[in-house]
Amino acid sequence: MNTRALPLYATIAIFLLAYLLAWTQFPNILSTRVLGNLLTDNAYLGIVAVGMTLVILSGGIDLSVGSVIAFSGVFIAVVLRDTGLHPLVVFALLLLLTTAFGAGMGFLIDRLAMPAFIVTLAGMFLARGAAYMLSIQSVPIQHPFFQTLQGAYYLMPGKGRLTLIGVLMLLVVALGMVIAHRTRFGASVYALGGGEQTARLMGVRQGRTTVLVYAFSGAMAGLSGIVFSVYTGSGYSLATVGTELTAIAAVVIGGTLLSGGAGYVLGTLVGVLTMGLIQTYIVFDGSLSSWWTKIVIGLLLLVFILLQKGLLKLSGSRLARGAA
Amino acid sequence: MLLSIRSLTKAFPGTRALDDVDFDVAAGEVHALLGENGAGKSTLIKCLTGAYQRDAGTIALDGARIDPRSTSQAQELGIGTVYQEVNLLPNLTVAQNLMFGREPRRFGLVDSRRTRVVAQAMLQQYGLDINVDRDLGTYSVAIQQIVAIARAVSLSGKVLILDEPTASLDRREVEMVFDVVRDLRDRGLGIVFVSHFLDQVFELTDRVTILRNGRKIVTETTSNLNRMSLIEHMLGRALEDAVSETHDHGKAAAPRMLQFDGIGRAGVIDPFDMTVGQGEVVGLAGLLGSGRTETAEMLFGLRQSQGGQARDVDGPLDLRNPRAAIGAGFGFAPEDRKTDGIVADLSVRQNIILGLQARRGWARPVPRAEQNRLADDYIRKLDIRTSDREKPIGELSGGNQQKAVLARWLAMNPRFLILDEPTRGIDVGAHAEILRLIEDLTAQGMSVLVISSEIDELVAVADRVIVLRDRRHVAELTGAEVTGDRIMRAIADEAAA
Repeated sequence: MNTRALPLYATIAIFLLAYLLAWTQFPNILSTRVLGNLLTDNAYLGIVAVGMTLVILSGGIDLSVGSVIAFSGVFIAVVLRDTGLHPLVVFALLLLLTTAFGAGMGFLIDRLAMPAFIVTLAGMFLARGAAYMLSIQSVPIQHPFFQTLQGAYYLMPGKGRLTLIGVLMLLVVALGMVIAHRTRFGASVYALGGGEQTARLMGVRQGRTTVLVYAFSGAMAGLSGIVFSVYTGSGYSLATVGTELTAIAAVVIGGTLLSGGAGYVLGTLVGVLTMGLIQTYIVFDGSLSSWWTKIVIGLLLLVFILLQKGLLKLSGSRLARGAA
Repeated sequence: MLLSIRSLTKAFPGTRALDDVDFDVAAGEVHALLGENGAGKSTLIKCLTGAYQRDAGTIALDGARIDPRSTSQAQELGIGTVYQEVNLLPNLTVAQNLMFGREPRRFGLVDSRRTRVVAQAMLQQYGLDINVDRDLGTYSVAIQQIVAIARAVSLSGKVLILDEPTASLDRREVEMVFDVVRDLRDRGLGIVFVSHFLDQVFELTDRVTILRNGRKIVTETTSNLNRMSLIEHMLGRALEDAVSETHDHGKAAAPRMLQFDGIGRAGVIDPFDMTVGQGEVVGLAGLLGSGRTETAEMLFGLRQSQGGQARDVDGPLDLRNPRAAIGAGFGFAPEDRKTDGIVADLSVRQNIILGLQARRGWARPVPRAEQNRLADDYIRKLDIRTSDREKPIGELSGGNQQKAVLARWLAMNPRFLILDEPTRGIDVGAHAEILRLIEDLTAQGMSVLVISSEIDELVAVADRVIVLRDRRHVAELTGAEVTGDRIMRAIADEAAA
């Protein structure tokens, strides 16, 4: 077994343990209803976190995604309000736009050899500003197609609703897993995160890979924006402030190394669900302030950073022993 | 000839890194490429692998002229390289590393099962039966090195360049790698072997080419050479050369100031004892990689000693880290001036004042007038040639940068100064000035440890020379024993003092 996979197992163990603890207190928490809601409520976060996982695996970061989600919602709402375009056409346009936006940031990061932090920070302000330009107010979406999307679900045994957006999130996770683990592009992403110099020596096309990674993240942010607009039924330029940081937290809790090169897409899903579970627990309890979510997430992050440091040390000392 | 290089020339601003060098590699031979720092080994290799573009000369592979423009192009032509630092990715599995960029695919997706099978089969050719699904980083450096060789051979398959492949391996692991190399030689590959371990050169290679100062000195069948002649060629100094003794070696009776007992660290340098007298110049001699710099780093607290003790006349000294060493009155001018010595964008004044300010702490800035006085003082005393004290130090010549680094330490008034290759990359005039400066300092009672690859320099300046070989202190020469011949013999392990 690889030590690399340990954080993933730890994440899964912590999720199951937390679920078990919550279950002993509130037996209702183990029901398809809660599970269905867990997927639905966190669909937009899960989708954007998959994009973020690839970016972080490549050794980068994408701070623009929260703003891009907000922009997407406003864009959809305003275009639907002002034109007669079908929502599917609007979705396609939007995805094109956000993918190009991500690709542009990737291009700048590679060509100018700029830190991803700064470039995507600029992208964050840009996308948020563009959302304000379209509308300052919250714009409701009244298109009948949206009602169809919101009403599309599969009723699981136990009356839990497996919604369309929940399923979409699971599909995106599956897609992310295939890309990360079963394509040459995925291998290049891991290689870049492991060391740019070495990756180049091994024949990784650094520019192409960087552009593609950020384009993928942009596309996922756009898709997440679509899902969020379906979820809330409106577009609002002040929505999803700080979601990029929540996504990063989910990726790290999911066992991906923040410095890149090691981690699993599946872990990110578990990370998202763990954060959702904490929220659900607080709702069940009823007396706890919702700020406890943040505190627990903060503690979890700390635990995972320590865990990863420890594992790095462990594999480092094993190497030293091997060489001695 | 498999690989044939003629009249290869490559110049950099200020130096001729390669000057009209010929070099051949036959199929089925291991050819050692030797030389001290700056001899031109790495430049030659970089011209071969396409990392540098040559200025003149030809490279022919299998009789056809080639002109590699990048590492990957060189690889496709048939020239693969394995470096000292394994150039593979520790965070990918062994199989991924071996097959990177040419993984077998099914329906457009990587077929990990077949990748694994192919990788496993590839490694079995090298007698390696390991789990290829584990991360490369979890295996020992020797195995990583063999995986790197396997990848290079499978990609290129004609010429294999091994650049210090054994530097971080132990004896048994070296043997493992050598078996692989011998096997590849028998399969008809041409292998270029770069190493500073002379034993390994004799053990493994068929022919030897020695470079010095960018020129080819000799190409010879390995069995026709002995250690002594090899070292003579490398250091460019024949034994019969009579060196005029310019230095008065009569200070051996200097009062003992510092004593180091059992300082050492596993895998870095064997434990050693050492004394330094007041006003004494101690020289460290040895080939590249013999542990000279490591010795200096242990003394200055850059590397922690495992056990052992340092003391002066008043009692034990604390040398846990450089800060503690500085507190004990030590100073250290490192070998790589550009990255470890100067802060290129700061002015000459700021560079000189740096150490003093660091010791005073940020709360007590050195007054500007005092800074100016100190800087001007040292610029004058050490004859640092700069238009003014506010000029960025990066714009000065190497010799003047070195003097400024010395000035930084002198401003702190140390009692023990460690100089690692103080004259590297410095022109002849400045060279003599630095040596004279060392003598002046010791006349005032300061003790100095000088590390140098130039034996003549050590003979000229040192009262006592400690000779290192294979990370061990092997000999100590004092007074009249400090001659070029004796040092060379000690390095070569012939009739040590």
